[in-house]
Amino acid sequence: MFLVLFATLFITVILLGPTLDKLLVEAMRNQVIDEINQRTLKFQNSEERLSYINKELQLRSKTFGLDQNSFTPSKLFYRIISVMTLDLGKSHFFTTDYGSSNVRDIIFEKVPKTLLLFTTSTLCVTVIGIFLGTYVAGKEGSWWDKLNSIFAIFSNSFPSWWVAMIMILVFAFTLHIFPARATPISSPSDSTYILDLLYHMALPLITLIIVSFGSWAYIVRYFLINILNEDFIFAKRTIGISRRKILYSHGLRNAGPPIATAVALSLASSFGGSIITEAVFDWPGMGKLYYDAIGLFDIPIIIGLTYISTVIFLVTIFITDISYTLLDPRVKGS
Amino acid sequence: MQKKLLIDLLRSRRGFIGISIIVFLLLVSAIAPLFIPIKSYILWNDPDYWINNPKTAAPFWTNIFGSKEFEHISLKKNDAKIVSESSDGIKIVNYEFKINMQSGSFPDDFMFLYTAKYGNIPPVLQIDINRPDNNNFTVYYSSLPSSSNINTTFSDRIFSTNKNVKEAMFQYQSLFKYPIANYEPQVLLFSDTDKPSVLKGTYQISEKFFLFDNSSIVDDIGLILGGKVFGIMGTDDLRRDLIVGIIWGTPIALFIGLTVAIFSISIGLIYGVIAGYRGKRTDETMMRINDIFYALPTLPLLILLSITFGRSIFLIIGFLMFFSWMGTAKVIRSIALQIRNFQYVEAAKLMGQSDLKVIFKHIIPQLLPLTFASVAISVPGAILGEAALSFIGLGDPSLPTWGQLLHDANTADAAPRGIWWWIVPPGMMIALTGLAFFLIGNTLDSIANPLRNKNKK
Repeated sequence: MFLVLFATLFITVILLGPTLDKLLVEAMRNQVIDEINQRTLKFQNSEERLSYINKELQLRSKTFGLDQNSFTPSKLFYRIISVMTLDLGKSHFFTTDYGSSNVRDIIFEKVPKTLLLFTTSTLCVTVIGIFLGTYVAGKEGSWWDKLNSIFAIFSNSFPSWWVAMIMILVFAFTLHIFPARATPISSPSDSTYILDLLYHMALPLITLIIVSFGSWAYIVRYFLINILNEDFIFAKRTIGISRRKILYSHGLRNAGPPIATAVALSLASSFGGSIITEAVFDWPGMGKLYYDAIGLFDIPIIIGLTYISTVIFLVTIFITDISYTLLDPRVKGS
Repeated sequence: MQKKLLIDLLRSRRGFIGISIIVFLLLVSAIAPLFIPIKSYILWNDPDYWINNPKTAAPFWTNIFGSKEFEHISLKKNDAKIVSESSDGIKIVNYEFKINMQSGSFPDDFMFLYTAKYGNIPPVLQIDINRPDNNNFTVYYSSLPSSSNINTTFSDRIFSTNKNVKEAMFQYQSLFKYPIANYEPQVLLFSDTDKPSVLKGTYQISEKFFLFDNSSIVDDIGLILGGKVFGIMGTDDLRRDLIVGIIWGTPIALFIGLTVAIFSISIGLIYGVIAGYRGKRTDETMMRINDIFYALPTLPLLILLSITFGRSIFLIIGFLMFFSWMGTAKVIRSIALQIRNFQYVEAAKLMGQSDLKVIFKHIIPQLLPLTFASVAISVPGAILGEAALSFIGLGDPSLPTWGQLLHDANTADAAPRGIWWWIVPPGMMIALTGLAFFLIGNTLDSIANPLRNKNKK
């Protein structure tokens, strides 16, 4: 597991390496052009201007060591360290609420909001998914069961961010129940801030739950029904253990490990979707920052966010893996 | 066997629904190149091409349900009554358009189009509107730009936002019983003088050219009153006809989905079979590599890759392929592990057939039906992936895809503004395509999975 974690990080950084170099040079070129414009340097013709830019660029990239090959070990090491500590310099377009334009500050300001939304929605979806899935599994073939399957297929086909747009259309524009923009109005120091935040969080949260609880319930139902057809369940039923108890305690307990694996995968993919959903709602988290940074081509922010979302992604997988060992007594022994 | 698969597929209800949707999508794809000008596809992002359409107009059929909104009017040279007279060497050409105004709402904007050829002395253009209440408004009176060329062709359009038009309106304040400063020209021109509501009746709009020499001629003329409703799907903020975008999006989406699915599944199939067949160390190593790929966060890396390498549709297809073969590899490997121990495979091996031959002749054919199922199942993922990339602004800028329609809608705040016709259809198309392939894949999977069928045989 740790091996996978480390390898992933390493691959990410190797993939990032040349990209980062190229992007840094690109950013530097913009910087040089900006400086030329600000100092209103005059050139005879465009070639002279170009050669000035190139000269300046070469000089600067030498100081930063950007002219070397990206794959030299020392550089690779330096790169990993600098990305891991988020030492990525300053953003061109964004600042924190307090005015700092350091990439690390900006990202750390946004991450808690994303985590708040993502974990809350995941928890809600887990609870709803497990109970709905179990309930439906107990009534296999019923009307509810079919409805749930159809719902799961449909919610799988719709992009979650599109559902988000529809939710805004319905609840904000037509019904005026929730605000269309999820950025809280009051400042963090206000006493009503928490309430305001929760009020603005409602619509994104509902959307994230709606798009994913169907497939959750479907996964739970699928594995549970497989377990319920096993011999030992029949044996338990003949002893006279109540149907309800078999379903919730024996069935769920045994279906737990495969459910955990399946869910880890679906979580990982829904994380990407929830990032985009955030951007649609203007929820002041990483997703919106991502969206804006791509629009403005703010490279340091994009790289920082890629790294952080990789970490969050891996932690999510890691947690589900741990829960797997907790759920499956066979793994504990080895 | 493939034929049997198709028949089985059509027999099941879900498969039939899926196939019908696909047939429908293929028909739409066929309509695109046959009936829609290819220019609309190439110039999708060129605002000039779409300028004759109304801005942000709802689909026309909304008029059936709600109040009657103003329908788009576009009049050409043939629609005009031409009266020309000449006196003292000045030729006056008058193009008169008749408009019967019966709708309950005002036009969204208006445009006067003209193209004129002239020499040294530029012609003068005067635009008058004669209203049903017999008021006559002169909204524009100005000469065309002069030029030193002997033979100039000048083409222009006068918008309702034109400064001259706005200023010309002010001289008619005395006619109106309410302050007109708050209203746009397109409202005032068609409005009752007592209250700001539509004055129904026949309007005569004339574009009068004063030509000062013989060589001057008026080439083309036109009048556009921007509708509040237009076309089957309405238009967006850039005046693009959305039905065109949706229809062109269909073949592109199918192309992306199928290419990514077929190639990534093929990679997964070969990778999985090799791992499963060889077993032992090879299997172990290959599966570890697979695990690592599995653990890569797809979306952030996709974003990074398309920022680095570019946004061409083929690159995007490549990236999506790169990130979607792992699941298949895992499933195929577990099945190949079992097939490898089937007796006929062992017999083939004992006969001295090479590994390659065993894999391609005996194992892969067994897995083909399942592969078809996987291809169908992974199409929606590819389409959703491309849509997501397009949506965050990293799509191929030269193509109209559904994701890009939604991206444009999101940047224009279509949802909070309630422009539903910009949001609902593209998403529905994405979902419909996804659903079709998902249904087919699901059915194929239950028909064709060799391990599941083993007990029945």
